Amino acid sequence: MSNSDKVIAEKRIVVQCEDLCFRYGKPWVLEDVSFEVPEGESLCLIGPNGGGKSTLLKLLLGLAEPDEGSITLFGESCDRARSKIGYVPQSMQFDKMFPISAIDIVLMGRLDRLGFGRFSKKCRSVAADALDEVGLADLANRPFSDLSGGQRQRVMIARALACEPDLLLLDEPTANVDLSVEEQFLETLVELRKKMTILVVTHDLDIVSLIGDSVLCVNHRVHRHTLPLSGDTIKEIYSGRKRLEHDRRTRHTQGDHSGCRHD
Amino acid sequence: MTEFLEAIQRVPLIRYALLAGIISSLTFGVVGTFVVTRRIGYIAAAIAHSILGGIGASIFFSRVYDLPWLTPMIGAVVAALISAAVIGWVSLHTSEREDTIIGAIWAFGMASGLLFMHYAPGKAVNLESYIFGNILLTSKSDVIATVVLAGIILTLVGLFYHKLVAVCFDEEFARLRGISSNFYYLLLLVITAISMVLLVRVAGIILSLALLVLPAATASRFSRQMWVVMLIAVGIALVYNAGGLAVSYQLDTPTGPFIVLVASVVYGLSFLLKGKR
Repeated sequence: MSNSDKVIAEKRIVVQCEDLCFRYGKPWVLEDVSFEVPEGESLCLIGPNGGGKSTLLKLLLGLAEPDEGSITLFGESCDRARSKIGYVPQSMQFDKMFPISAIDIVLMGRLDRLGFGRFSKKCRSVAADALDEVGLADLANRPFSDLSGGQRQRVMIARALACEPDLLLLDEPTANVDLSVEEQFLETLVELRKKMTILVVTHDLDIVSLIGDSVLCVNHRVHRHTLPLSGDTIKEIYSGRKRLEHDRRTRHTQGDHSGCRHD
Repeated sequence: MTEFLEAIQRVPLIRYALLAGIISSLTFGVVGTFVVTRRIGYIAAAIAHSILGGIGASIFFSRVYDLPWLTPMIGAVVAALISAAVIGWVSLHTSEREDTIIGAIWAFGMASGLLFMHYAPGKAVNLESYIFGNILLTSKSDVIATVVLAGIILTLVGLFYHKLVAVCFDEEFARLRGISSNFYYLLLLVITAISMVLLVRVAGIILSLALLVLPAATASRFSRQMWVVMLIAVGIALVYNAGGLAVSYQLDTPTGPFIVLVASVVYGLSFLLKGKR
C-alpha cells in the first residue's frame, strides 16, 4: 500500500486516547495524554521507569479507570474490548517451578471460551497453531520449567495469540531474556507486526527500530516521535539531565511553558 | 499382614477406616497439589486449627440444647468454611497482612474449641483424638460424610480444573480472559477447607497439613505436569493411608504420627534424590 492509499482508505482507529489523566494518590501519574493508533501500526512506548508506561498499559487493559478524559479500544470501553486484546505480561512474575506444559499455558488464551471441564477441539487446535506460529510446536508438551527464558517468552506470546487478538500488547518482552535467544524472539515479533496492531512497552532499542512505526515517549505526559530516532533523541530520552530538557521541550510544544525561561 | 486382611473382613470398624482413608486419599492428592503450587499451605493449616473450634462448638451446643443432629463433622465443616471465607475476604478486599489474619484464626479456633469442650456438660471430650486423629474411630455415618464431601470436592475440581490452574498460575491474565479470579481463589479455599475436615479425621489437626502437602510435594519431584502430579500424589496418599492403618493395627501404634513420619522421610529422600536443579 503506498502512502497516498493510506490516507484515502481511512483506517480504523484501534486505540484512541483523549486528554487522559490518571492518579493513584494526589500527584498525577499521567496528564493530558492524547494519542491514537491506527489499525495495523505498531507503537513502542518508551520512557524512564516510573514515567507511567505500566499505568498506561493498565488503563488500556481496563484494569484501571481514567480519572479524566477517555481511552477507547475499537471504539469501545477498554473493559468491553478486552476480548480483542492479546496481552503478554513481563515474564519475571511467573513461578518457574509451576507444574505445567507449554501447550497448557497457551490454552489459557482460550479460557473465555471454556465452559465446564475440557477445552474443545477447536480451542486445542487454535492453541497448537499459536505455538507453531512462535516456532515452538515441537515443545508443546515440554514443562514450562524446562524452557529457556526466550522460549518462555514466546510461549507467553503464543498464549496471547491464542486469544485471536486484533491488538497485541507486550510489556517489556525482552527484559530478563537471554540475549542469545532474543534474535529468534525478535523475528517472531517482526512476523507478527505484519498481521496485527502491536503496542509494546520496551527499553530495548532493537525492538523500537525493528518493529516500531512510531514511538510514544511516556513520562508523565506523552509525545510522539517518528522513526528512526536520532542518536541525540535517544540520549535525551534516557540520560537523566538531558531528559529534563527533553520533557520541557515536549511541554513547550504542547503549550505548557511552566518549565520554560522565555516570556 | 494377613492378620490385617482378616481384620478387614471381620471388623466393620477397620473396614470403615480403610474405606474413609481410600476415599479421602483421592482428594488429598488432588487438593494438595493445588495447595503446594499456589503456596497456601499456611492457610490450610489455619483452617485445620479452626476446625477444633467448630468441633468444640458442635459438642457444646448439641449437649446443652440436646441437638443430636449437630455432629462434630457438621461443626468442623462449618468452621472450616467460615475460616476460608474470612481469610479469602481479608486477603482480597482489605489491606491487612494475610499472615496476621492466618495467625489470628489459627489461635482463635484452638482457643474457642478448648473452651467449648471444657464447658460442655457430660463426659469429658476425648481431645486427643481430634488433635492427633484416630481413624479407627470412624463410624458408618463418617464414611457416608466422607463420600459426600470427597464427591463435592472432586466434582468441583473436575468442572473447574483449567480455571483453577489458570488462576493459580497467572491471576491477572485469567481476569483479562473474563475469569473471575476472586471467585476461583475463594473456590480453591473452600475446596481446601473441606479437604482439611477429611484430613483432620485421618491425621488430626496438628498432623493434617503434612498429609495434605507431603504427598503432593513428593509427587511434584517426579513430574512437571499438574494432573500427573495429582495422580502420583493420590497414589502416594493411598499407600500412606492404607499402609499406615495396616501397620498401626498390627503394631498397635497411633495411625496419624506413623503416617506423617513415613511421609516426611519419603519426602526428604525424594528431595535428596531429585531436588537438585
